[in-house]
Amino acid sequence: MIRYENVTIAYDTSLAPVVNDVSLEAARGSITAIVGPNGSGKSTLVRALLGRVPLVRGRILIDGTDAAAIPRKELARRCAVVTQREDTTFSRVVAEYIALGRFPQQGSWSAPASGDAEAVAIAARRAGVENLLGRVTGELSGGEWQRVRVARALAQGGEALVLDEPTSFLDVGHEMQVFELASSLAQSGAAVLIVSHQLNLVARFATSMVMLHCGAVVATGAPETVMRGELLERVYDWPLVVTRDPAVNAPMLVPLRRTT
Amino acid sequence: MALAATCVLGVALGTVHLSLAQVFSALTNSATASVYSIVVTLRLPRVVLAALVGIALGTSGATLQATLRNPLAEPYLLGVSGGAAVGAVAAMMLGVSSAFWPVLAFTGAAVAVVLAIGVARGAGESGHTDVRVLLMAGVVVGAFANALIMILLANVPANTIRGALWWMMGSVADATWYTVAWLGVYVALGVAYLLIYAPEIDVLTLGEDSAAGLGVDVSRATRRAFLASAMLAAATVAAAGLIGFVGLVVPHMARAFGLSRQRAILAGCAIIGAILVVASDLLARIVIPPSELPLGAVTAVLGVPFFLIQLRRMR
Repeated sequence: MIRYENVTIAYDTSLAPVVNDVSLEAARGSITAIVGPNGSGKSTLVRALLGRVPLVRGRILIDGTDAAAIPRKELARRCAVVTQREDTTFSRVVAEYIALGRFPQQGSWSAPASGDAEAVAIAARRAGVENLLGRVTGELSGGEWQRVRVARALAQGGEALVLDEPTSFLDVGHEMQVFELASSLAQSGAAVLIVSHQLNLVARFATSMVMLHCGAVVATGAPETVMRGELLERVYDWPLVVTRDPAVNAPMLVPLRRTT
Repeated sequence: MALAATCVLGVALGTVHLSLAQVFSALTNSATASVYSIVVTLRLPRVVLAALVGIALGTSGATLQATLRNPLAEPYLLGVSGGAAVGAVAAMMLGVSSAFWPVLAFTGAAVAVVLAIGVARGAGESGHTDVRVLLMAGVVVGAFANALIMILLANVPANTIRGALWWMMGSVADATWYTVAWLGVYVALGVAYLLIYAPEIDVLTLGEDSAAGLGVDVSRATRRAFLASAMLAAATVAAAGLIGFVGLVVPHMARAFGLSRQRAILAGCAIIGAILVVASDLLARIVIPPSELPLGAVTAVLGVPFFLIQLRRMR
């Protein structure tokens, strides 16, 4: 559903590109994970989908149509994005915040419709934040805030969900909740594209992984293909081993202590 | 109700106090000539002008704070006041009739705003308007305008300096129905425009990337909000000089009432802004009669304590 074709991004054409010739696809019914060290270009790819950074070459397609040619509100109706950071200067009640996810469905002047309230309630239930609806966003913990943001994206509707580091600040239980939610969305036919540093969780849940390093794809495929010790050691510049977790039958990265 | 009561008091009280009956008799055309003149020719346009100035500055400040995601943003921070002041001072120095000062003040404000937007647009990624640069450009353009004013005033007669200073402190004392009419049209159009685009501004408060993800053309929305609010503020400067703190504190007052949706905030700011400026003008007239205090100083005296209390409550 979301396809990056030979995407090259540079903030300044006189400088080296920050993303170089990246191709990947997030298909319906699957979780595609973009992984890689800090500064490898993961979030830049998400910002490119939003039209926030210029493509020097290549294109991003949504169901075969160039995303740049799709009207912004229509793109938002088809593809919801939870960005890495969000401004929290002005607090609002959580229910009202989640309802902002309905913006792409509304005309400029139209008041919220009855369908909007239902969409907000469903999104809150799916993200497990019904108990937070009456709270104020500025009073939420980091974990609660992340889940509320996911709920806002779910209220947006659409068949694709892009999550940029959605489990930052989350404890193990809430991390699992987000990945289980992503999994159930994928099972119900959505295309889920997730940017994450949680390699072990990604290896358990993702259908395919794309490993970025210095703006380029260095490995892509099923988790078993990408989670290779020598590759990860080189990319993360840290001694590690990749084993198989017998409890969940998935590749597992174990970072080692650096011996001096 | 509070706004209506403030307006009635604003018309009744002054150097000559009038009873409510006298005020209503003037409005129903059954008053003596002197009472009619005080109410209809002098005080009513003044009160209405003060209310319009409050509405414009309050809604302008609320839009800028939300768009820039900065609770300290206000219309005058963005070069509007400086640009308008340069226009007005230049008009005084060139001996232009005072009837045309507003035109030149408005022109000065417009030049400052367009300059700040142009700089911010050039600095952003691939032509996007960068709000941080916009804010800084506004401040720097304002500082440059202040320097120009100093240069312009360096070698002029004392009475011109006094006139310029008085204008810069703000006043609605010279209100006429003509000024009320053109500012009224301006404020109605400007506030309607801001109300139409208020949901977009709600989304912009989440930050630029999130707003883009929700289908907002961030650059266009930012420019649109900035231009509309700056022009609203510029119109008030042209009509009544510089009246500080209204655009800064009124949005905080509206939010203190629990308002969080931009349309509700705009409506709240219109009412609170009108009350604040009408009440300030009333105080300016009655504290040391027959002299008047500068309106901008009174709004600051009333607004600053509220703002300091709000800052203390911030966590």
